[in-house]
Amino acid sequence: MTGAIVAGIGATEFSKDSGRSTMQLAAEASRAAIVDAGLTPADIDGVVTFTVDGNDELQLMRNLGVEQITWWSRTPGGGVGACATVQHAVAAVTSGQADAVLVYRAFNERSQYRFGQPHTRPMGAVPLDWYHTFGIDTPAKMYALWFRRYMHAYGATNEDFGRYTVSARRYAATNPKAWFHDRPITLEDHQASRWIVEPVLRLYDCCQESDGAVALVVTRAERSGDVDQPVAILAAADAHQRDASITANYYHDDLATYPEAAACARLLFARAGLSPADVDVAEIYENFSPLVFLVLEAYGFCGPGEAPAFIADGNLDPGGALPTNTHGGLLGEAYIHGINSIQEGVRQVRGAAVNQVPTVERVLVSSLNSGLVLGRV
Amino acid sequence: MTRPGEPMSDARRAAPDDAFFWDAAADDRLVIQRCADCGRLRHPPAPMCGHCGSLSWDTAPSAGRGRITSWMYSLHPNRPDDEPRIVILVQLDEGVRLVSNLVDPPDDGPYDERPVVVEFRDDRGTRTPFFRVDDGVPS
Repeated sequence: MTGAIVAGIGATEFSKDSGRSTMQLAAEASRAAIVDAGLTPADIDGVVTFTVDGNDELQLMRNLGVEQITWWSRTPGGGVGACATVQHAVAAVTSGQADAVLVYRAFNERSQYRFGQPHTRPMGAVPLDWYHTFGIDTPAKMYALWFRRYMHAYGATNEDFGRYTVSARRYAATNPKAWFHDRPITLEDHQASRWIVEPVLRLYDCCQESDGAVALVVTRAERSGDVDQPVAILAAADAHQRDASITANYYHDDLATYPEAAACARLLFARAGLSPADVDVAEIYENFSPLVFLVLEAYGFCGPGEAPAFIADGNLDPGGALPTNTHGGLLGEAYIHGINSIQEGVRQVRGAAVNQVPTVERVLVSSLNSGLVLGRV
Repeated sequence: MTRPGEPMSDARRAAPDDAFFWDAAADDRLVIQRCADCGRLRHPPAPMCGHCGSLSWDTAPSAGRGRITSWMYSLHPNRPDDEPRIVILVQLDEGVRLVSNLVDPPDDGPYDERPVVVEFRDDRGTRTPFFRVDDGVPS
């Protein structure tokens, strides 16, 4: 137990063209989260978002009517830092630096800046010209060069990856907020979708590009009595290791593994006093379907190279041993940079998800190198 | 400032940590940064040795031979009209990994663990180390 709770969640609709500014999206989701928590803007005194978020904290305060903040921070690495935002918020409220922290992420990632389009030049602070000049110009290509080693090491196939997508799209099909609501696919549909990065990723292995916003309010566990539906943050962790890279993770000894996720898992389970068997539901960030396989193995839900069989056996599906991405994931619901998966984890603990898993005590939320364990207060 | 998709050789030559690599490539030499104190090789280049903290470094020549650790096809890389490339992650025999392209592939793959050898070519104005499958026949 971290001593902190998620007090409220809020979101806009998820679309391909929101028709409004990202500041408006941020304000709508944030206000909804504050109202959901039973608080007022005057109760908020901290804000956390992603370094790549385009919305200024002070402008958001002005929109919301937040009077004063005493904590602000941002997490690097895009989706790598999705769960780390909550870790920051936990640190703020449990150390007394803030009392109630708003976490937000808002973008028009389909109608304005599309991550998935080829970059015309190296991006970010990393020396991407070691990669871009050789033709690695999209996230799909950056990650595929890592994932291919997993396929070679264990004989995993693109069809194996497709079985994950079919599962995610099944959940999305019954989630009215999902872009792919009412549109399940078969493995044949997956295999008929075009190659994006042959021989690793087809179209249906790739997350969406979405417009939208999600916000959370984190406060001290002592305030649980003031909150309608508090959800305990049992553990929060983030792990980055030597020779790692966000966009070119090609230098660890064994590329068929995910050492950062394994390190995060060890921290989470140790801090929560839990083991993989204690997890009832998992929400796993998947910019691309193979990531789920690497994360399942890194967290010890199955052994190295066993994820294809683990998924084929239906473990991630409704009624399975580890229902996973119950909102449809970033492939099926929307790509709100992983924050929507935290929201789904909160809903599962509350018992308020559209694809509710019976008797949920603990939910793992994994976003690449960072993660959370959520549970009942 | 380079135009989108145009060679970035000037930028690379101007990067103090990276320039040595492209300067050597201009002479058809593949070199790896080496700590002058503990002797460890490192790539991509970095100003400080993460093992001993030394700021002193020189370069070690690479024989340009290795194996393909991973690979994938890159369609229309960088610009819609660009020719597809086969992107490879090469494990050099000297022990470091390097991203490059496989040129003149002898077949349609898969290319995992294939032995490769370096081959320098001009690419958009920059002499660049590429690799071809090492069939033992000098190019």
